[in-house]
Amino acid sequence: MEVPILKQGHYLIASIQSALTDADLSQLREALIERVGRFRARGVIVDVTALDVMDSFAVRTLRDIAHMARLRGAETVIVGIQPEVAFAMVQLGLTLKGVSTALDLEEGLLFLDHQAQLRIERGTGGTGRIDRG
Amino acid sequence: MATKGKDALPPPPDPQALSESTAALLRELVAHLRQNRTQLREEWARRITRAQLLTAMTEEEIFAEATSVYDNYVEALETGTFEALQAYARNLSERIIPRGVETHEVVGIVLLLRDVLARSLFAKYHEDFDKLNRILDAYEPAANRIANTVAVGFVQERERIIRQQQEAIRELSTPVLQVRERLLILPIIGVIDPQRARQLTEQLLRAIRTNRAKVVVIDITGVAAMDSNVANHLVQTVEASRLLGATVIVTGLSPEIAQTLVTIGVDLSEMATVGDLQGGIEEAERLLGYKVLPLEELTPKA
Repeated sequence: MEVPILKQGHYLIASIQSALTDADLSQLREALIERVGRFRARGVIVDVTALDVMDSFAVRTLRDIAHMARLRGAETVIVGIQPEVAFAMVQLGLTLKGVSTALDLEEGLLFLDHQAQLRIERGTGGTGRIDRG
Repeated sequence: MATKGKDALPPPPDPQALSESTAALLRELVAHLRQNRTQLREEWARRITRAQLLTAMTEEEIFAEATSVYDNYVEALETGTFEALQAYARNLSERIIPRGVETHEVVGIVLLLRDVLARSLFAKYHEDFDKLNRILDAYEPAANRIANTVAVGFVQERERIIRQQQEAIRELSTPVLQVRERLLILPIIGVIDPQRARQLTEQLLRAIRTNRAKVVVIDITGVAAMDSNVANHLVQTVEASRLLGATVIVTGLSPEIAQTLVTIGVDLSEMATVGDLQGGIEEAERLLGYKVLPLEELTPKA
C-alpha cells in the first residue's frame, strides 16, 4: 500500500490513508527521504489522522523519518495523532521525543512556516534581510 | 439404657425428637418474650443508654428503633427464617449510618438484647436447671445467628454507602474549560486515583482536539497529595497532549507535591510549571501571542 506524497511549495505532505504494514512503513521512509533530496524540500508533514493504532515499529519509523529528514535539511512534523492513539502511546512508553507534532495539517503547515521564518531570522541577525555593505 | 460408666457418652439423641423438643422450647421461649415485651424492651433501652451507645440518637428514637428490633428479633426466633430480619437490618442501617452510628454500637446493642433476654430466661427457669439448659440450647444458636445477621447487614450497608460515595467523588471531575481561543484550563480538585487520572486524561485529549487548543493549563491547587502513580499519570498526560500539538503548563503545585515529585524522581524536563494559576494563564497568553494591557495604556491621552 503506497502512501501518496504530495508536494506543496517547499514542503512534502505524506497522507496515510489506512493501516500500514511494516514493509509499507519502510517504503514510506525511503520514498520521503529520496524526495527530500530530489526536491530540496524544507519541511515534511506526515499525517496519521487515519490511524487508529500505532505500534512501536510505526513510532520508530516516524522518528527515523524526522532524523533523516533533518540530516538532509528538512524539518518534520507529525500531525493528526488521535487522542486514543496518543493515550496508548504514552502508556506503552512509545515516545516521539525530539520529533515535532501538531494537531492537524493546517497547524503543521503553520509550524513549518514559523520554523522557516526563525531560520531566516537567525541567518540574518533578526532583520530578515540580507544586506551587503 | 444399659449400664453407663462415668465417662461414657450418652447415646446421641434422636434428631427428630430433638427438633420437636427444640421447636417446643422455642415456642415457649417466644411466648415468654412476647408476654414480657414491655419490661424487657425497657430494660434493654436502659442498658443501651447506660452503655452510652447510640449517642447520635435521641431517647425517643432509640425506643422506637428498639421496639422494631425487638419484634423482628422475636419473630426471627419464632420462624427460624432470617430474610425478614436481614431486610430489616439493612433498612435500619441505611437510616442510622448517615446519623454517624458506628459498627461497634450496632453489634453492642444486639448483644445487649441477647443478654437481657438470656437474663430473663435465667430468672424464669432458675429453679429447673435442666430445663434452663435445654431452653438455652434452643435459644443460643438462634440468638447468635441473629446477632451475626444484624452485624453483617450493617457492615454490608456501610460498604455499599462507601462505594456510592467513592463514585460520587469520582464524578466530581471538573470539565475542561476554554478561556481563550486555543487555550484550555483543567482545574483538578480533590483526590485523584488512577481511574480518575485516566478519565481526566482522555477528557483533556478529546478537548484539545475539539477546541484545537495549543496551550493547556492544568491547575492542581486543589489536589492535596500525589503519589508516584498519579505523578506519572500527570507526566503521561503532558506527553500525550504534546503529541496532539499542545503545550501543557502545570500550576498550583503545593510544597508537599513539589517535594514528592522531586523525591520520586519524576522526569520534569518535559513539564513546564508555574507557581499559581494566574501566572500560568499569563504565560499561556504570552505563548499564544496575547498581551493584556490596562485600557489607559491603549487609548491615547488627550
